[in-house]
Amino acid sequence: MRRIISILLLVIVALGISLSLAKIPFGVPKTKVGRHYINEGVKETGATNIVTSVVVSYRGFDTLGEVTVLFIASIGLGAVLSTIGEKTVRKIEPASLVLSTGCRVLFPLILVFGSYIFIHGHLTPGGGFQGGAIIASGFLLIYLGCRERRISRVASKLAESLGGLTFVVIGLLGLVSSGYFLLNFLPKGTANALFSAGIIPIIYIAIGFKVGSELAGIIDNLIEES
Amino acid sequence: MIFIVSFLVVLMLVGAVAASVFRDLISAVIAAALVSLIASILFYFLQAPDVAMAEAAIGAALTTTIFIIAIRRTKRYEE
Repeated sequence: MRRIISILLLVIVALGISLSLAKIPFGVPKTKVGRHYINEGVKETGATNIVTSVVVSYRGFDTLGEVTVLFIASIGLGAVLSTIGEKTVRKIEPASLVLSTGCRVLFPLILVFGSYIFIHGHLTPGGGFQGGAIIASGFLLIYLGCRERRISRVASKLAESLGGLTFVVIGLLGLVSSGYFLLNFLPKGTANALFSAGIIPIIYIAIGFKVGSELAGIIDNLIEES
Repeated sequence: MIFIVSFLVVLMLVGAVAASVFRDLISAVIAAALVSLIASILFYFLQAPDVAMAEAAIGAALTTTIFIIAIRRTKRYEE
């Protein structure tokens, strides 16, 4: 009986959502601000990847908040896990030949790919968050494949703090030089060049370091405690 | 194109149902990872490569790992 009622409720909710979504015309521009980003974004920010120009330039402050949320989550996880005592030092089984060889060969390539993603964030798809996540998955491979290789916690924390600090300092420099927080005060250069778009690549590199070390730190915390 | 997309959507639905039905939690997590992976492919087809990358790296890889670590610390089978 309860199951039938819950299925019925689900159907009603799905019907309501689909009926209200059907009223919205698909693919038609609904806001003016999106049009503006698409038409003027490259000219105004110098970044050919419009998503990046929105994430870092038009909505840069939101991105700072997003990075802060991730930071708080990582710190909170560390704090919660550190209260669980009795660290059982388990004997680590060595990984299989395929995994350890793959780890040794692939890890540098994954790092290079992740760095490429966030350094070219203003030109090609991707950016700090994606690149950071790719780098963190490289560190995950290290934990799975060659656990005898340790990752320095000090270096990871240093990369994380420097990333966050760079973001805030660049924002403050914009405030000092032009009166607005996170204003793009550097010359924009020619679009499609690596050194273009002013502060956007710098901020994305900082975000890449920060997100990568934070996600790697979360994995590190979880694996160490388990 | 439409056939590939519909096949992927059906596969995604199967994965989503399987994730909620499986008693073995590791299998359920793998099924959820399949949903994430197909979602990232669909994002790519919808010309959102930025989201596709984030979904593939975070949704399919890192979240799955975190779930598996959590399951290893607790119980593998659901009662």
